[in-house]
Amino acid sequence: MVRGGRPIIDGLDLAVPAGSVVGLLGPSGSGKTTLMRAIVGVQDRVTGSVEVLGSAAGTPALRRRVGYMTQDASVYTDLTVVQNLRYFAALAGVPAPAKAVANAVATVDLGGHEKQHVGTLSGGERSRVSLAAALVGDPELLVLDEPTVGLDPVLRRDLWTVFRKLAAEGRTLLVSSHVMDEATQCDRLLLMRAGGLVADTTPDELLTSTGAPDAERAFLALIDAADAAAARAGTGGTDVGQAGAGTVPTEPTEPTEPTEPTEESAR
Amino acid sequence: MNLTFATAGRVLAQLRVDRRTVALIILLPCLLIGLIAWMFNDQPEVLDRFGPMLVGIFPLIVMFLVTSVATLRERQSGTLERLMTTPIHKGDFVAGYGLAFATLALVQALVVVGFALLVGMDVEGPLWLVLVVGLLDAILGCTLGLAASALARSEFQAVQMMPAILFPQLITCGLLMPRDQMPEVLEWLSRVFPLTYAVEAMTSLAAGDEWADIRGAVGVIALFIVGAVVLGVLTLRRRTA
Repeated sequence: MVRGGRPIIDGLDLAVPAGSVVGLLGPSGSGKTTLMRAIVGVQDRVTGSVEVLGSAAGTPALRRRVGYMTQDASVYTDLTVVQNLRYFAALAGVPAPAKAVANAVATVDLGGHEKQHVGTLSGGERSRVSLAAALVGDPELLVLDEPTVGLDPVLRRDLWTVFRKLAAEGRTLLVSSHVMDEATQCDRLLLMRAGGLVADTTPDELLTSTGAPDAERAFLALIDAADAAAARAGTGGTDVGQAGAGTVPTEPTEPTEPTEPTEESAR
Repeated sequence: MNLTFATAGRVLAQLRVDRRTVALIILLPCLLIGLIAWMFNDQPEVLDRFGPMLVGIFPLIVMFLVTSVATLRERQSGTLERLMTTPIHKGDFVAGYGLAFATLALVQALVVVGFALLVGMDVEGPLWLVLVVGLLDAILGCTLGLAASALARSEFQAVQMMPAILFPQLITCGLLMPRDQMPEVLEWLSRVFPLTYAVEAMTSLAAGDEWADIRGAVGVIALFIVGAVVLGVLTLRRRTA
């Protein structure tokens, strides 16, 4: 995958199991957004194969089943919250738009702001409108690019509760973040660095395998190890032979760690 | 088709909030026509001759600018990228914008023609045809603006598309010099520009021509609208780098 004249993701092979929250973590510029754009089918020059819910990424049938939240709040600032959501509900072809809009507003806790113009909302509220716009179409797969960036801790906690609830309803969430603390809230973790996958693991596994006290230090340990390995091999450390990208099947293709849902949501 | 209407409704809702833009779109052409009427107060034949042309040209310019900037804004805010992940067809997007601005253009054409009559414009030909041609010009402006916005990467470039695409047409359309007096090459050039046909139709209407005399020119304008819509759809990319 080439973006801005340089390869962003070079040889990446991963599977996201259905009905879970998968965290896509990594520093800025590690290729998280590019990978997400490839999954929702708006990234140009993808050379590998990206399969989403059994079809090739970006095929028309998928557009009804996938909700995408871009990194910046991509909603119409000159429209009200409800006007925005009604439009996105219409685009998704929701059978009962009024109810879907009300549900989405309630899910992101924006009750009372329905008639307010998005431009007059705070940054955090705006990003929740953007999340609601992704939710309103009732998608099976939600691709959320840094949904909690710039939010205060209370809101972050509330949103993660929402994400857990959506997954419990059987939806699959791919959530990117560069806040490593959020890793503990995910069922699965994909750690990216410089366009490559550093680790495909679970929160518990991450901590036990590195022996680090928290996710942030565990991630740093993994990156140092990857850098050291790359230095020994004298290459960039990526597998050029396999120009692939993510696959997002409906059924879990790999046995995932049996995580306790109650334990997850309690955190 | 439903998504075309949903998109048109959304664009109109955005316009309703932006009252100043709507006021500028509708009142600015009136102001300019008023200035000309005032300037040539002693020679009413000037307004009779140029009034209909201006009624055709102003909407085209205004709509071109408004649509190209609106589409660029949609690209830059990330909303277009988001739309491209939804079931909307690219044609729905272009047609939705076209429909919304055509509605505004209809109001504009009615007000501007009404104002021109008020300040003394006399049209020999049928007035409803002046309205129709004015409306088609406005739609042409919208669709050209949509197509042109694909070439612009910034607001600065988008605003420059107006002189780049419309000024050569303004110069050769017969407004500055009758087309049969132009150097031959320029006369040929004027034939491939849509504005030439808009001005031609309006000039004949001012001189008292009927539908039968202008239907060729109107047909060419309609073809250009279709061509610009196709171009707008083709230049809209679902996948971007």
